[in-house]
Amino acid sequence: MYVAVKGGERAIANAHAWLAEERRGDTDVAQLSLAQIREQLSLAVNRVMAEGSLYDPELAALAIKQARGDLIEAIFLIRAYRTTLPRFGYSRPVETSEMTCDRRISATFKDAPGGQVLGPTFDYTHRLLDFKLAADGEVPEAPVAEPREQATPHITAFLQGEDIIEREPISDAVPGDLTREPMGFPAGRAVRLQSLTRGDEGFILGMAYSTQRGYARNHAFVGELRIGTVPVEMEIPELGFAIEVAEVELTECETVNQFKGSKKVPPQFTRGYGLVFGQSERKSIAMALVDRALRWEELGEENLGAPAQDEEFVLSHSDNIQATGFLEHIKLPHYVDFQSELELVRKLRREAAELAETLASRETAE
Amino acid sequence: MSDYNFAYLDEQTKRMIRRAILKGLAVPGYQVPFASREMPMPYGWGTGGVQVSAAALTLDDTLKVIDQGADDTTNAVSIRQFFEKTAGVATTEETKKASVIQTRHRIPEAELTEEQILVYQVPIPEPLRFLEPRETETRKMHALQEYGLMHVKLYEDISQHGAIATAYAYPVKVEGRYVMDPSPIPKFDNPKMEMAAIQLFGAGREQRIYAVPPYTRVVSLDFEDYPFEATKAEHPCDLCGAEDSYLDEVILDDAGCRMFVCSDTDYCRTRREAGHLGRMGEQAA
Repeated sequence: MYVAVKGGERAIANAHAWLAEERRGDTDVAQLSLAQIREQLSLAVNRVMAEGSLYDPELAALAIKQARGDLIEAIFLIRAYRTTLPRFGYSRPVETSEMTCDRRISATFKDAPGGQVLGPTFDYTHRLLDFKLAADGEVPEAPVAEPREQATPHITAFLQGEDIIEREPISDAVPGDLTREPMGFPAGRAVRLQSLTRGDEGFILGMAYSTQRGYARNHAFVGELRIGTVPVEMEIPELGFAIEVAEVELTECETVNQFKGSKKVPPQFTRGYGLVFGQSERKSIAMALVDRALRWEELGEENLGAPAQDEEFVLSHSDNIQATGFLEHIKLPHYVDFQSELELVRKLRREAAELAETLASRETAE
Repeated sequence: MSDYNFAYLDEQTKRMIRRAILKGLAVPGYQVPFASREMPMPYGWGTGGVQVSAAALTLDDTLKVIDQGADDTTNAVSIRQFFEKTAGVATTEETKKASVIQTRHRIPEAELTEEQILVYQVPIPEPLRFLEPRETETRKMHALQEYGLMHVKLYEDISQHGAIATAYAYPVKVEGRYVMDPSPIPKFDNPKMEMAAIQLFGAGREQRIYAVPPYTRVVSLDFEDYPFEATKAEHPCDLCGAEDSYLDEVILDDAGCRMFVCSDTDYCRTRREAGHLGRMGEQAA
């Protein structure tokens, strides 16, 4: 006898209970604390904050714990939580030229004011598994230098002094807000950059890589990559001036790209820009490359039909929360649609068989 | 869940959604862009429908949620629980008693009334999407009523298969103006779209809301010599004997035995309670 797919409610409750148990794992092993995740898995925390569009290391750590380390799931938790937060207002633009840098490198100049500061980077580590870490994680203290007192100027500012790099157009226009208005195309650079900075790291990386391999190559030099903290200031109408409300860690990448010039503009360097929450180096470089590729039209370059040049394509598919939701929804029941397809295919097959039969009998008759 | 506002979304957001709904009702079949929010369920799982329901619900409403016609499918259960938790509204499985019905892939069999709102979950709101992937292009096509491509597609189906090979999400024209995606309902349901209730469509990921006001003309696209046909499995329901309801096919054993049952669980139960019995039906308790 047919048993209807009843009991969805109980099945869901049981699945949740099992999931909670699996998340906890072997109870003989100590439970992870949020502080441990925040301090020791900080790059995961950074990614969750960047793609979740919410700067809060503690909440990101909680999301990672709850998501069993599935970062896209953690990003999803943060995004859903973010929806419920009231919007008090907008901060003033952060001044990355005032950044307290932990790391600052340039691939275009051997040295420059502010110097090359490697900072805490994987770059020159040999990727050999460190079995000592398996035993104990104790590390000797790192040497300390005096922090630089003056601000570290941007490398592109030096190029700009020579007028050999394009100037960013100055505008007082209020930038769009992708979390408050529906995306429309053309999106404009401000919304594009918002979309890229919260876009999936893997997707942005793949898009950037494709430009390097010849799909709209724009030959980028990393003019500068800097990581550090900046203050966030907000104008308080009642006070009439801006006060510091927070401090955030950012990674900024400015690329310097070739540009042959056009009829109106003499040959000069152009820019790609990446700015991401936390220490997110790979993401910010990739973002800068994709930003530059998307600027083909405004710079009067040729549309080569490359995916990374296609704003609608890139922006519509970069959000991993949208992508994963839609991808995974195909595991939901579709038996109503499938039933209608089933009927249709059966009908078409029946008609095809009848037609074949008629043709065959006609042939025999001839 | 006192930490969250009634029906989860804050009032400003609901107001924004209501504006989009009203615009949608004023321009039937037109896809209104709206700033869809991230909901605590995944995109593609009904976030558009949930946001529209959240904006439509009041404290006095009674909510019914169905997926594939059934109240007890897992995602319907999950969405119903979400509103029980965040809005505390009454819920029901009875189509008649509901004032707001959120649905995925079906229109209830029972005729809806002027007192009801039917909220559809929509995955891809753009009926022209699979003919033209670019939003910039399809918006232009709608603006210019350039629907030739759609007719060519239907014609190609006929020349290739001898019939229009679209079984669900069958495109309709609303009030003689906009071609609209009815969401992936089986085409069997298309004729029901001319109804007394308000129909609202929410596509969260794609950030679109559209609507069909009561008693609006909704015509399934076809040709004079190949008229639209609302099809279903040619069987009566094996539980309640209904011949007019859309049926699910259920595989009973590995010898290929099957049975057909109403996809609308409430319709089927109501009929059995009224004494109708199908081939394998048992008197409802």
